[in-house]
Amino acid sequence: MATAKLMDFDKALELFEPVLGFEVHVELSTKTKMFSDAPNFFGGEPNTNITPVDLGLPGSLPVVNGEAVRYSISLGLALGCSIAPSSRFARKNYFYPDLAKNYQISQFDEPIAFGGSVDVELPDGRMFTVPIERAHMEEDAGKLTHVGGATGRIQGAEYSLVDYNRAGVPLVEIVTDIIYGAEADAPELAKAYVATIRDIVVALGISEARMERGNLRCDANISLRPRTAPGEPPAPLGTRTETKNVNSLRSVERAIRYEIQRQAQILADGGTITQETRHWHEDTGTTSAGRPKSDADDYRYFPEPDLLPVVPSAELIEELRAALPEPPAARRRRLKQEWGFTDLEFQDVQNAGLLVEVTSTVEAGASPQAARKWWSGEISRIANARSAEPSSLVSPSDVAALVALIDNGALNDRLARQVLEGVIDGEGTPQEVVDARGLAVVSDDGALIAAIDEALAAQPDVLAKIKDGKVQAAGAVIGAVMKAMKGQADAARVRELVLERAAAS
Amino acid sequence: MSEITQEQVAHLANLARIALTPHEIESLTNELGSIVDNVAKVSEVATADVPATSHPIPLQNVYRDDVPGTTLTTEQALAGAPDHDGSRFRVTAILGEEQ
Repeated sequence: MATAKLMDFDKALELFEPVLGFEVHVELSTKTKMFSDAPNFFGGEPNTNITPVDLGLPGSLPVVNGEAVRYSISLGLALGCSIAPSSRFARKNYFYPDLAKNYQISQFDEPIAFGGSVDVELPDGRMFTVPIERAHMEEDAGKLTHVGGATGRIQGAEYSLVDYNRAGVPLVEIVTDIIYGAEADAPELAKAYVATIRDIVVALGISEARMERGNLRCDANISLRPRTAPGEPPAPLGTRTETKNVNSLRSVERAIRYEIQRQAQILADGGTITQETRHWHEDTGTTSAGRPKSDADDYRYFPEPDLLPVVPSAELIEELRAALPEPPAARRRRLKQEWGFTDLEFQDVQNAGLLVEVTSTVEAGASPQAARKWWSGEISRIANARSAEPSSLVSPSDVAALVALIDNGALNDRLARQVLEGVIDGEGTPQEVVDARGLAVVSDDGALIAAIDEALAAQPDVLAKIKDGKVQAAGAVIGAVMKAMKGQADAARVRELVLERAAAS
Repeated sequence: MSEITQEQVAHLANLARIALTPHEIESLTNELGSIVDNVAKVSEVATADVPATSHPIPLQNVYRDDVPGTTLTTEQALAGAPDHDGSRFRVTAILGEEQ
């Protein structure tokens, strides 16, 4: 595969205006599937969580999961959408073995939610309003494994294996309107938009929203149009590509940046953009051509005859509206104020994706500054070193427990870092690690005083200076005591006692 | 007269994976044409205040509780499969070589 020529990003922005559009699929975390009572769980043994409905066996009939409808309405409301007084399902017909029925049950002309908008916060704090065209309910497809061929890819495979555990898992597809005006912020906006959708569905409690597990998937549409002179009408929209397989926030940003540079170079060289799906490759940070749009994209949608209209009552809609959580952007503003963080402190936490962790740690009893310090500091450092997500290393309640041990003087920072490592390595809770490793600071004043008296006696010149009022000289004695205590002492307490003993001698 | 063309019928047959002879395409074009004409007559009497019928029985909001039920065993699931590898359905190559 030839490497595409890329135009410098800034130059591309000089010549072209990027026009964006996103389709985000959210897997709902209901207990059962969208149209069958099979457990909504996949990743286990293949073809174990399926019913005749999920296989489209003759005589089986789908029945709508009422909870999935409520989740979808809540999501629609959180996206600022209107909820359709009546919506219905439609069959999207295509031949592909990821669904056994040869059609996917989706919604077409009557989505459950339409016409909303989402406020998205860019990394520097500016807000951007993303228009939402619609959100509709549908079912997920099964998982294909391509066997044979060089790379396990679909091209050149000898045959494919199908696991239908995921077939029928409830999905909401959120479709934006055309997004103009993102300009050079386009890559950051793409990332921030998907992060906002993730925050919303997590706050609603309707999805696990783990991108690496495919709970949240983003297809990114992008086209470029040449800039025109002021006063001239804008150029018509360019041909768009749709980049799929973008399954991390970072990839969303990179994929948009890559496509802008790739398309700009082709257009500047006098070429044309092919309307096609493109596959994102995480390893190389590039996209490659997938299937071109063709006649086969004629899905012949028609109303699903096996299902009845969804007609939510006004009471239900208002009940769900009243239960909506605070919108993520407003919540962030409130937390920043409550925690008393500076802009920089808050952005660091947010950009590191640690907002949920810090919030939970504060809820578990730690002070906001201590929670921030541990998550942004030592835990992030270890996570980096181990190429892991900070949230996967340690739980907020353990961090809060660690902070409590520091606050009550049982640990100093140095010991706490050792305890943290123990917790991360699976040795138990912070208290269990303290007990097992014998890491608590020496809080027995008698032992400290003995060590202090010894240190003072060994350094009479220092003692004289302290008595003379030069308290900074105490550092040498504190150092000696901490060493004698093997670091397991509270330095602040040692300092107090050193000054006391010196004065008394 | 309807505007169903032979090209449309051939396109639909292709999408539906149905092989038709030229003779069949011609006769189906005529048949589909008269069906569309007959349906069009209904449109003449259905004014704007008549909502479209989405289902012959006037029911709505038929929902299932979100409670897991019984699933098929893998053996049952694969029983009707033309081919499988013991736990997964096996299907023939989906796409040809990369172009």
